[in-house]
Order: sequence, then structure tokens, then C-alpha cells
Amino acid sequence: MKVSLFITCLCDMFSSDVGKDTVEILERVGCEVDFPETQTCCGQPAYNSGYLTDAKESMKQMMKAFRFSDYVVGPSGSCVGMLKEYPKLFENDLVWRDEAKRLADKSYEVTQFLVDVLGVVDVGSTFKGKITYHPSCHMTRILGVKDAPMTLLKHVEGADLTELPAKEDCCGFGGTFAVKNSMISGEMVKEKAAHVSETGADYLVGGDMGCLLNIGGRMRREGKHVKVAHITEILNQH
Amino acid sequence: MSIKLGDASYEERVQEGVQNEFMRQAVASAQGRFRSGKQKQADKLGNWEDWRTLGEEIRTHTLENIDYYLQLLSDNVSKRGGNVFFAQTAEEANDYIQHVIKEKNAQKVVKSKSMVTEEIGMNEALEEVGADVVESDLGEWILQLDEDPPSHIVAPAVHKNKEQVKETFTEKKGYNQSSQPEELASFAREQLRQEFLSADVGITGCNFAVAESGAVTLVTNEGNARMATTIPDTQISVMGMERVVPTYEELDILVSLLTRAAVGQDLTSYVTSITGTRLEGETDGPEDYHLVIVDNGRSKILGTEFQSALHCIRCAACINVCPVYRHVGGHAYGSVYPGPIGAVLTPLLDGYEDHKELPYASSLCGACTEACPVKIPLHEQLIRHREIIVEQEKMTPRSERLAMKGFAKWGSSPAAYKMSTAMARSAMKPWTKDETVANGPGPLKGWTVNRDFPAPAKQTFRSWFKERQKGGES
Repeated sequence: MKVSLFITCLCDMFSSDVGKDTVEILERVGCEVDFPETQTCCGQPAYNSGYLTDAKESMKQMMKAFRFSDYVVGPSGSCVGMLKEYPKLFENDLVWRDEAKRLADKSYEVTQFLVDVLGVVDVGSTFKGKITYHPSCHMTRILGVKDAPMTLLKHVEGADLTELPAKEDCCGFGGTFAVKNSMISGEMVKEKAAHVSETGADYLVGGDMGCLLNIGGRMRREGKHVKVAHITEILNQH
Repeated sequence: MSIKLGDASYEERVQEGVQNEFMRQAVASAQGRFRSGKQKQADKLGNWEDWRTLGEEIRTHTLENIDYYLQLLSDNVSKRGGNVFFAQTAEEANDYIQHVIKEKNAQKVVKSKSMVTEEIGMNEALEEVGADVVESDLGEWILQLDEDPPSHIVAPAVHKNKEQVKETFTEKKGYNQSSQPEELASFAREQLRQEFLSADVGITGCNFAVAESGAVTLVTNEGNARMATTIPDTQISVMGMERVVPTYEELDILVSLLTRAAVGQDLTSYVTSITGTRLEGETDGPEDYHLVIVDNGRSKILGTEFQSALHCIRCAACINVCPVYRHVGGHAYGSVYPGPIGAVLTPLLDGYEDHKELPYASSLCGACTEACPVKIPLHEQLIRHREIIVEQEKMTPRSERLAMKGFAKWGSSPAAYKMSTAMARSAMKPWTKDETVANGPGPLKGWTVNRDFPAPAKQTFRSWFKERQKGGES
């Protein structure tokens, strides 16, 4: 199966390991992975801030970049969730409408792709450590992927999973919200970090880099020694 | 009061909220209770999503035919001897109610809880004509004594705890017992009983008005709406024009959704329906009945992309799950309607000028949309508000507009994108120490004031992938 990797700008810049892990996991389960080089950002930072016209410039580039892909798979519920919004945003645009729908239909978040498309629940990874998982808001509520990440984590040999209290609460990232409403966002991430500490976990795992930068940055600021890992990092230990 | 509360700026209100540890604890624990109560009810029903769909369908149908249903409601209230007044504005509504009060030469008005009367500032208008207005909902009564506005649409005094209530009662009403909730409530009950007995006019809001019968229905746990609608001879109900439901069948479904979503109850202790005046041969009902149907900006929302905001049944489920609300409290919104629904509704009813920050007071986590029993896409409407603020109202700062223009160029040019990601690490170098930015420049300050920012990776993914393609594993 041919799969195009949608790296997301955050992973491209801040955590190239997430991309490497995603490629290796997909290859391990039999996919052939390519990387369309002209991809940029899904447009979410501008879209969520109200700059729809500016956001659409980036969105059009994404549609061009993945025009010839069979499947588009990315390590982010939020960014893939954004691609899924394209058809609504280009509904009245005769030039881009069909392309938007095509991209949305063939795009998947990586755990969603593994479990729902490929039917893989065990990627053969082994990981020793106490893990707690933060289900990001856009992964669960916008994209609607609720079970796939946990299904995969439960099959990781040796992993000790512990539930994060109030896990469904937002960590306070929210893209530009973290900067624009810094004070409120700060209170939200403090609360999330406190819940992570309560679990006594060694690793905080999530499927969205934005949340992980946020929670990880806060834990680090507080001098807490919890490691932050993208879910693909855990799934690629073998 | 009107929709806008006070003159403090958004930043001041947020700061005040965040610094009020007392209030935040009270709000957080109330949110916890409401949320788990609602969840239990949803689990008990088993098909909560089907109920939501039904709720949404009923509200959509009603709003799309609101002219018909309001006419039917009005005809049926009139048939039952009531007077119906359509008020286009808050002023028109208040003028009409003032007129009734003056005509009756009423000294005392007793009220049950109503958000729409807060919205139009009715209490102040009635005080202007010399009436003594007494709130009879316990929370509202506490706030009235304390001259404090509500901070939640179902639990108006959620920001106060029992010690504060005791203080208020002691100071304003000579209370001399403990802060035990039972003692506080029994004191309030004694005091309020006197108010009910001596009131000339009873004023209520309206949870739902049934078009087929003209029945204005109220949902309470304290029974105060029943007292306010049975003792005084003159009754006034004030309703937002969207509160209409077609028949008792839809009322049944919406009340079921409301009590479950709001407070996690199968049903509230009292569901009171009032239909017009005491007609010949009947043993109860008021001598005079008035139904005031308030538009106050609502009809402008009809037919727009925000129409579904009028589906709201004022259950506050969105408020109870909102993490922003939890940390800042209701007063930070500066509106009688706080929380996610307040952030959507307030700019629609009262304009962007005074409320342009509200649509941004959300991380867009979508918890509100998921919680809404009538499926209002609240977080999507917040984004739409942002688009209007940016693209039509042009209210955002120039620096931000330029940055977003830059984003558009960056995102639409693979070459510029590739170059900037490759250079990000060296560009951030002056602020980087131990792979961490602890004190970032420009807008990044907003981030680093609360948490560290990572240094961009040594190698971008795309350069790794290219190398790997060229010659084996890296």
C-alpha cells in the first residue's frame, strides 16, 4: 500500500524523530512511504485565528502537494482534523471544491490509519515504563478518533498504562490561544501538568505535537522529570 | 443591568478571575458535580446521542417556522385571557412592564429566575418606577442582596461558597445562625415566604412556551416559580422569542434534555406550566396575565450562519465543561451570558465593539460542542466570529495581520517554507540554552512566560528523509 507522509510543520521543525518513527512503523506494517516535498502547513494557525483568506493559501498548497497520493497519513489528530475541514471551507469554490473533498477523504491520522484502515492493533513494539496518555481535543472531538491510540498502546509489550485524571480536559495549547490568551492558557497547562504528576508516570504520551510541546514545556519549567513522547515513539520501540 | 456587565477591560476581568482562588475552587467543584451528574444521566438513557439529534431536530424545525409558532402561541395565550406583547428591543419590553406595574400601582414585585430579564435590565427599570423587586431564586436572592451579577446561567451564585453567603445574610438581613446550608436555606425560605405573600405582581422568565396551548413552562428545584405564579393576582412572563416549542410532546423531550444536561436530574422538583388568566369556572390562575416576547437582536440572527445559536435551551452544559470558564469564572466574560454560549451569543446580541475578545476566549477544544444537548457547533461559531472580526470588522492589530500575510506566503511557497524550517534553529539560537528557549522574543513571550519552548531540531524531517532516500538508513 502506498502512503504519503504528511509530516506537519511542528514535527518537521521541532521533532523530526516523530516523522522518522512514523515512516518506520508504516514500513514495518508493509506500507511504501513517500514524502511529497512541496507540502507545507495545514493552515490551522491562520484558520483558527480568523484569517481564513490567508489560511486558504496554505491549504491550496497542501491540496497540490498531495494531489497524486493514494493515502495521506500524518502524526497529528489536529492537523489531519484540519484537512478534514477543507471540503466545508471550499464548498463554494468551484476550482478547489473537488480537490478539497478528495484530500479530506484520503487523509488519516497515523493511529487511525493503522487500526481502522489496515486493521493492525499490534505493531510489535516493546517498551518498559509507566505511561499515561493525553487524548488531545482535536484528535477525539474534531477527528473523532477516540479508541485507536489506546488500542495500539495496550498491545505494547511491557508498557504499564495508567489513566490520566480529567484526561478529556484541554491542556490549554489551542495554537495562537497559548500566546493570545497567555494567562488562561497558562492556568490550563498548570492544571494538566499537575494531573500528569498525580499519575506518577515516567512518560506522558500523546498524538499531537502541539499539546506535547505545551505540557512538556510546562513540566520542564516546573523541573518535573516526566518524559514527553509522541505515540509513534513508543510504537516504534522494538 | 444589560448584556454588558461593568466597565473593566477583558484583561482586567481575566486577571481578576484567575487571581480569585476562592471562586476558582467553588467553580471547579461545581463543574465536577454537574459534569458527573450529566454523564450518569446520559449513561442511564443509553442513547444520549439519539436524544441530542432529536433535540437538534426539534429546535431546527421550530426556528425555521418561528413566525408560525409564535403566532400560534400568541393566539392561544390570548384565548386564555392573556395579553401578549412583542417587544423588539429591551426598552420596549421594559416600557411595557413598567406600564403594567404603574397601572396596578404595584409596590412589590416578586420574581423567579430569568436570564432574559437580566439581559434587558428589567429590575433596574422597575426600580425606576418605584417598585421593590425581589428575586426569589435562592442564588439570585443572594446575589441581589450582595449587588453582584450572576456568573452562571443555571447556578447564578456558583462563584460563592456558604461562608460568603452567611456573611451576606448577616450583613444585609441580620442573620445570626451558622453557615450550615440547611440553616441558610431555611432562613431564606422564611424571608422569601413573606415576600411572596406581600407581592402585588409576579414576574417569571420562561424555559419553554408551548405554542399549541399557550402554556409557559418553568423548571425549578426550589418551587419559587410556583409561588411567584400562584400568589400575586397579576402575572408577567418574559421570554426570549426563541423559547417556543410546538406541542407538549416536544416540551417533554426538551425538558428531559434540559434537566439532564443542566443538573444531571431526570426531572427537576417542579415543572410549572401557566396558561393565561383564571377563566370562568376555574378555581385558580391570575386575574391579569401578560406574556412579553422579547426579540432584542434575536431576529437578526435568524437566517444567518449563527441561527443554531438560537437553539440554546440555557442548560449551561457548555459552561460546565469549559476549561476556560473554570479558570476565569463567569464574570470575566463581561456579559450576562458567560461561557462558550455567551462568547457566541453576546457579540450577536450586543455587537463586536464591546465583546471582540470573547470569541478568542477559547482554546477551541470543542468540549462545548460535544456537551451541547441540541448540538450547537459552538467552537465552529467561535471561529466564524473570529473570521468576521478579522475580515469584516478589521479589528485585529496590524502586526497580527502582517504576520498572517506572512503565514500565507510561507504556507503557499514550498521554497520559502523549506528555507525557513531549515533556518529556524539558527534563528532561535540567541534565545536558546540547553536546547530550550526559556525567555522568548516577541509573541513567543506569551508562551515562555508559562512554559519552556524547545529549540528547533538539529535536522528537519525533510532533510533526513532526503538523505535516507539517497543512500540507505541514517
